[in-house]
Parts: sequence; structure tokens; C-alpha cells
Amino acid sequence: MSKPITKITPNKPLLDDNDPQEELITLNIGPTHPATHGVFQNVVQIDGERIVSGVSTIGYIHRAFEKIAERRPFYQITPLTDRLNYCSAPINNMGWHMTVEKLLDIEIPKRVQYMRVIVMELARIADHIICNGILGVDTGAFSGFLYVMQEREFIYEIFEEICGARLTTNIGRIGGFERDFNEVAFRKIEHFLERFPPVLKEFEELFVRNRIFIERTSGVAAVTAEQALDYSWSGPILRATGVDYDVRAVAPYSSYEEFDFEIPVGTQGDVYDRFMVRNAEMWQSLSIIRQALEKIKKEPKGVFHADVPEFYLPPKEQVYNNMEALIYHFKIVMGEWETPKSEVYHSVEGANGELGFYLIHDGGRTPYRLHFRRPSFINYQMFAPMSAGMLISDAIINMSSLNIIAGELDA
Amino acid sequence: MDKLTNQYIIERLNGKFGEDVEILGEPHGLLTISTSKTRIIELLDYLKNDENLRFNYLTDITGVHYPEQEKSFAVVYHLHNLFQNFRIRIKVFLEKENPSIPTATTLWKGANWMERETYDFFGIVFDGHPDLRRILNMEDLDVFPMRKEYPLEDPNRVDKKDFYFGR
Repeated sequence: MSKPITKITPNKPLLDDNDPQEELITLNIGPTHPATHGVFQNVVQIDGERIVSGVSTIGYIHRAFEKIAERRPFYQITPLTDRLNYCSAPINNMGWHMTVEKLLDIEIPKRVQYMRVIVMELARIADHIICNGILGVDTGAFSGFLYVMQEREFIYEIFEEICGARLTTNIGRIGGFERDFNEVAFRKIEHFLERFPPVLKEFEELFVRNRIFIERTSGVAAVTAEQALDYSWSGPILRATGVDYDVRAVAPYSSYEEFDFEIPVGTQGDVYDRFMVRNAEMWQSLSIIRQALEKIKKEPKGVFHADVPEFYLPPKEQVYNNMEALIYHFKIVMGEWETPKSEVYHSVEGANGELGFYLIHDGGRTPYRLHFRRPSFINYQMFAPMSAGMLISDAIINMSSLNIIAGELDA
Repeated sequence: MDKLTNQYIIERLNGKFGEDVEILGEPHGLLTISTSKTRIIELLDYLKNDENLRFNYLTDITGVHYPEQEKSFAVVYHLHNLFQNFRIRIKVFLEKENPSIPTATTLWKGANWMERETYDFFGIVFDGHPDLRRILNMEDLDVFPMRKEYPLEDPNRVDKKDFYFGR
């Protein structure tokens, strides 16, 4: 006969709660971690799955663009701006051209402005595709990303047709474009406008009412409008908190005031709202491109740059055969242009927020000082403080939804 | 709230700060003012919190180096009134040796990294900053690279000298 059980201890935990489990673990997320989508590091202290505190380290791809720009004439700075937010390089290019044109008081023909709007909105779509696609991947839905990634290829093909490059575009020149959009480019844009909406619709249907996606994102990393403004946020993530600040609307550049578009805003400021704001912005961008195509048809054909021979390079055949053109060519290349001493701040609505160019010019060949107000840099500083108390997996999708682009972060 | 104009702001600031605020001009319509480093936080606070001004959004903080000037560093603030979509630029000129200025992180948390970046590149110390370390450059760099005394190219290079171009 076995010994009777005298004492039953149900579900006694192996260790008491006050046993030595208080130790925190330090975890390096990055610099090259697949979840960071870029080269930057976060050292976080974790208690189990939960982040206690974190420190961001950035600067891994700092290339000193502001210093380099001090030795370059204006037209050589455009390729530097490509490498800020390389997911939507044309917006940076256009922002820089417009800054210089503001400094030099160059009036841009309407047709060129509409062409710029098309390029910028295509770039915005390309950028939002990446961000929202990657957000899907980070929440575990890979297929949506694959669907829309193909559409980004079509946008890049349009860029290729317009300027010859795909990612770092160096698109346009000070005073307009280097060449007109050809027929193929217009056809490709129209083709894109036809084929993208159903794909975007399908992409939305995969996510918007998907229960897994909502539970992973809704309420995660919610930010109030006050906090967002305190941290100088801008762009879709600010609009997700409910602040309708969009540079295209409040300080219209490149004739945005003539376009009919809405500024989508969120209410919660969480990851889900950011996703929805970006999606809604893609629809608005499509509508803007359609309007711009209509407007271009009404403008005189073949105008693709302003009539500013002292700043806009003449065509090569004229340089070889025409004295005037040769002189202008020489002067532009050698930086012998008359420029005013002035200071100018110009900002455009980049894909991530207000992309500003603060240019101090002393009349020389190169800028005296050029500062980029980079939205990723300013948006990202809230990441470490707001991660405290979050689960690691939530912090990762929070980072995806902030759409931090390392090139823009580090300049 | 009155409609903001440059003239209105100048009047308000003159009434409050008198001669401590200097009007530098309005390049491309953007009012640029200057003040001393002792009154900058008071000025920013006034611009941010005054009922009629409400420059609630800090767009940018950056630095400039003017080696020829006696006060050879400038810290430049760009503020934005989002209610009326109005911008203003404020410059504070600082002395050549050990430039320092009070921090604006007490007013905007977003000033944190902007000031760190300015410190990193110009060596301007922001007094009271919670975490003033280098941000983009490595910790053990011992110069402030955006200062003009650090040339980008080999200074012995002659093919870009201005006298070849009649300057």
C-alpha cells in the first residue's frame, strides 16, 4: 500500500516572483538588423519581451552632405539630395531646384510645374508603397508587399523614361527639366494610372479589415497631437495624430494650389492610422497626377524649362555652333553666374514630412551654408523614448511605420 | 487672434523686448530677427506661448559659422505658427571662443537632436541640454567639422582659386 498523499500543492511555481529574475537584458537591435530596414542601432534594455529603456545611435551612413555642398555649385548638389530619402529621390531633387529658383527669382512655366507635380506624386506613391508594404511584412503578411512592389517597378520605369535613372534620379535641372517627357513617358504614366488602382484596392483589402493586422497595429505606439507637435513631427505620422499640416496645402509650391486634393488625417496616431493615412495619400496622389495630366494638355507643347539662359545649360549642338550658347555654357559650368546674397528657407512635403532646405548664399560659386531639415532625423528622435514599455515586436512595427530612411536620417 | 504680419510681429517684439531684439531683414518675405543669448529662451517662450503669436512648431535649429565676424557663430531657429501658417527666423550670434547658448529643449522636446547635431558640427554648447553628445559623428572625433577652418579639399589645390576667374 502506497503512502497516502498528505499534502497537495497545486500549481506551485518553480520560482517565487521575488526570486532572481529582475535582471534586465541588454539587446542590440541593429546596426544591421533585418528589422531596422536601414543602418541604425538601438540598444534596448528588455525585461522579458518588454522594453524598459532604449538609446538610439545614428550616424552609420553619415556622408557630410552639408559640408560637401559648401564646395559645390548648385547644380552639383542635386545628386547629393538624391541620397537623402532615396525611396523618393525626385521630391528631394525638386525641393532643391525650387529652393535655388526661389533664391534666384526664376519664374517656372506652368507646364513644367505640372510635370514636377507628376514626378513628385509618383515618387510619393513609390515611397508609401515601400513603407506600407514593409509594415505588412513586419506584421506577418508578405503577399501584400509582393503585389505592390511590382507597381513600384512601373514607377521606376517611368522615371527611367523621363531621366534615365531609377533610384537616385537626379531628375530635372534648375529652371525646369533636362528634356521633355516623351510620348512613351506619357503612355507609361497613363498605363500606371490604369493598372495601379485595382492593385492598391486589393492591397487595402488585404489589410484594412484584416483582424490580425488590426490587432497587431491598432493602439500600438499611439501618439497624441500635442506630443507629436512637441517633437516637431511632420508628414503622414503627424497627420495620423489628427493635425492637418501638409506643406502642399499650407505653403503651396509648384502650383499645388490649383489642384483639388484632400489631406487625410487619422485620429489615434497609432500604427494603424499611419498605415491608413499613407494609403489614403496614395489615392490622393493618383488623383493629383490625373489632374496634372489634364492640365498639361491645355498648356503649350514642348515647354520643359524656363527661359533663363544664364542658369540653364544650353543644348550641346548649340554650344558647338553658337557663340552665345558657348559663353553661357562656360559661365554656368565654371560657376560664373550672378547670384544674389540672400538667405532662403524652402520646404516641400517629402514622403516623410517637411523636407526643408535652408540656404545661405554669399554670392559666390557655392552655397555659404546649406542645411537640410530632414524629416526622418527629426521624427526619429521620439522612437527611443516612446519605446519604453512596449513589446519588442510592437517597437519593430512602430519603427516600420515611422518610415525612417537611413540616408535621410544621417545626411 | 489678429492676422499676423511681419510688421505686427515687429511691433509686438519691440514693445516687449525693446532694443534686445534686432530686425535683420525680410529675405524672401521671411522675417529674420536677432537677439542675445541671454534673452533667447525668453523670446522663444514669448513667441511660442503668447496668445497672439503662437509660434507653436519648431521647424529647425541649426548653426552657421562666420569666421570673419567678431561674433563668429550663429544659431538659427525656424519657428512656424501652424494656426496661421506663418514662419519666422531667429538668429543668435555667439562669441568665437567656447560658444554656448541655453537649450530650447525646455520648450520643445524636439529640439534635443537638433541641438545635438549643432553641437556635433559646430561645437556650440547648449547649456542645460539633457544629453549633449555627438550624434552623427563618432564620439572620439576631436574637431567640429562644419567650422570653416576645416577645408573640404586639399588647400594647396590651385585650379579653383578665385583669381583665375576675376573675383
